[in-house]
Amino acid sequence: MIRLVPRQSASNGWQVATPLLAVLATMVMGGLLFAIMGYDPVAAIRTIFWDPLFGPAASYSRPQLLVKAAPLILIASGLAVGFRAGIWNIGAEGQYIIGGITGAAVALAVYPLEAWWLFPAMVAAGLAGGWAWGMIPALLRNWFGASEILVSLMLVYVAQRVAAWMAFGPMRNPEGMGFPGSRNLQQYPSAANPELIAGTGAHWGVVAAALAVLATWFLMSRHIRGFHIRAAGIAPRAARFAGVRPQTLVAFCLGLSGALAGAAGLFEVAGPAGQITDKLGVGYGFTAIIVAFLGRLHPVGILLAGLLLALTYIGGELAQLTMQLPAATVQVFQGMLLFFLLGFDLLTRFQIRRRVSA
Amino acid sequence: MQRRTLLATASAAIMALAAPAMAQDEPLKVGFIYVGPVGDGGWTYQHDLARQAVEEEFGDRVETTFIESVPEGADAERALTQLALAGNKLIFATSFGFMDPVMNVAAKFPDVKFEHATGYKTAENVATYDARFYEGRAVIGTIAGRMTESNKIGYIGSFPIPEVIQGINSSFIHARKVNPDVEMRVVWAYSWFDPAKEAEAASALLAEGVDVILQHTDSTAPLAKAQEAGAIGFGQASDMAAFKPSPRVASIIDEWSPYYIKRVGEVLDGTWESGSSWAGIGDGEVVIGEITDAVPAEVKAEAEALRDKIGSGEYHPFTGPLNKADGTEWLAEGEVASDQDLQSMNFFVEGIDAQIPQ
Repeated sequence: MIRLVPRQSASNGWQVATPLLAVLATMVMGGLLFAIMGYDPVAAIRTIFWDPLFGPAASYSRPQLLVKAAPLILIASGLAVGFRAGIWNIGAEGQYIIGGITGAAVALAVYPLEAWWLFPAMVAAGLAGGWAWGMIPALLRNWFGASEILVSLMLVYVAQRVAAWMAFGPMRNPEGMGFPGSRNLQQYPSAANPELIAGTGAHWGVVAAALAVLATWFLMSRHIRGFHIRAAGIAPRAARFAGVRPQTLVAFCLGLSGALAGAAGLFEVAGPAGQITDKLGVGYGFTAIIVAFLGRLHPVGILLAGLLLALTYIGGELAQLTMQLPAATVQVFQGMLLFFLLGFDLLTRFQIRRRVSA
Repeated sequence: MQRRTLLATASAAIMALAAPAMAQDEPLKVGFIYVGPVGDGGWTYQHDLARQAVEEEFGDRVETTFIESVPEGADAERALTQLALAGNKLIFATSFGFMDPVMNVAAKFPDVKFEHATGYKTAENVATYDARFYEGRAVIGTIAGRMTESNKIGYIGSFPIPEVIQGINSSFIHARKVNPDVEMRVVWAYSWFDPAKEAEAASALLAEGVDVILQHTDSTAPLAKAQEAGAIGFGQASDMAAFKPSPRVASIIDEWSPYYIKRVGEVLDGTWESGSSWAGIGDGEVVIGEITDAVPAEVKAEAEALRDKIGSGEYHPFTGPLNKADGTEWLAEGEVASDQDLQSMNFFVEGIDAQIPQ
């Protein structure tokens, strides 16, 4: 008989090993799935994990990994801080959308003015928009005890409606012949967020994601607030005795993760996406939750997890393209990854023991 | 050398990959990107049928690939680039929201030809194509006007964009022509495909006493609701034959095969040129599906006569006298709407008691 015995403290070895094990199990089970569907499993796995990095068109897809991973990492860095404290911001998608809208609003308001301060002002507005959207669940929780999980999630749908309203209404491109969508910011030099060095994919959002990883690492391991956050997550009552004010923490964590998500939205709108449309939210805010957990809520882990998820997206597209693998299969594949991760998570907190019969 | 290769700019890599010496008998590679899954039973499904028709028509001379469920925006740009890098020489982008990505990618791949559905931007190597769905709407509007007993017909709109507004106006004009007492109710779903929202919209219409539902959204949910309530409706984008003979009494089908076959043939012959195609019933691009026995024979005959008159070019669905909803004159007696007017249409015609959301 096998039984599970809780560990005294989470195993460090398994902390690192389980994500790797999850990736491995996903490859095996995913391969099995591909085989059942009649695709060559080895070729499919190679197309998803290898070709984007070293395949024939890798000089294009490698930079694209950064483009795809940057918003995930930026958002997940903020989310992880709150998750560490047991504050669950599920609505980063909404904060991303609102940040994109407030940031773009600055540019659209002064169009066609060209000025050096415009892009920094847009970033500030994006941060502020995301922060404000994140503060709604924070204040509702602090004042009325409302669940931040539900409020932040529901606000995603409100944000999507706001995006549709903007795309069809106030922000509609006056030269767009009545079609929805704002002006394209890629064609507005002062507001654009282009590749900083041609061929690298790196735009300001990539830079910001790197900074966010460093800053959250510093916060969590070197700063007193990081200590409070970790304490509140592990032992809320003890933290309170140590002088941690839970309300401040809620406002800080939701505000921070909202601001970073808002910035991610702005970088995307001014860069790769280019314009405000009703389909502004493409799921980065939700995928970032997977990234945060896959990365063990640790800044470096999040960096790697973001790149891995980006790899499955881009590799998944390649697999569709070269092998005609259905899009849904790739989504199942990504779902498996999270499933196995959560499954193997058991091993970090429990030991498997063989029961000795009496 | 290794380092230099890594630093090679994307454009250089693209040039190298995009211009392989193509042997004469190598098949023409044709790529497709879809906004939905091929199994959506509506918009994307019809485009994919046309892709299969291309394969059937040209056999070994072409090789087609598609990428499905591509979100509009930054992801579309990458998917298009990957299709181009994979050697596709003709790429069909089948959603309005792919417009700016198509323009960006087309600029980088001058020797790849792009066909963009429902957009308005063209270039040397970018053509646009669309179908005159409003012609079909005139026919089903006629049936709706004859069939309604409550004199209230409902319309589920997707987005308030010119293409949809044309359809609403066209069906209303022709319903009123055969039934002066008819009124039109419009509900916006803000989605092209969302069974839950469409069902909700249908319920709202039915609650208002509507007994004929027209839809410009792609799911069969409104038909299912109509069936429960004893009302009727029409198949949209595809035939939706499962709901024959009632509630689905007729349908308006997008038939892209003639255009796709023509354009692929032109690339094979070397006669392809950029342009804007807007074909309708006469070209076989808009097809009225079987009108079932639930419709009285004389109404069926009337609808088919209208269809044939539009198809032969004898009659244009937007022929004056027509006023705008605000009472101002739009078209004088006998005047026919220009394509430019139609393509930027953002007003309802007189008699529709509804507002276009701004």
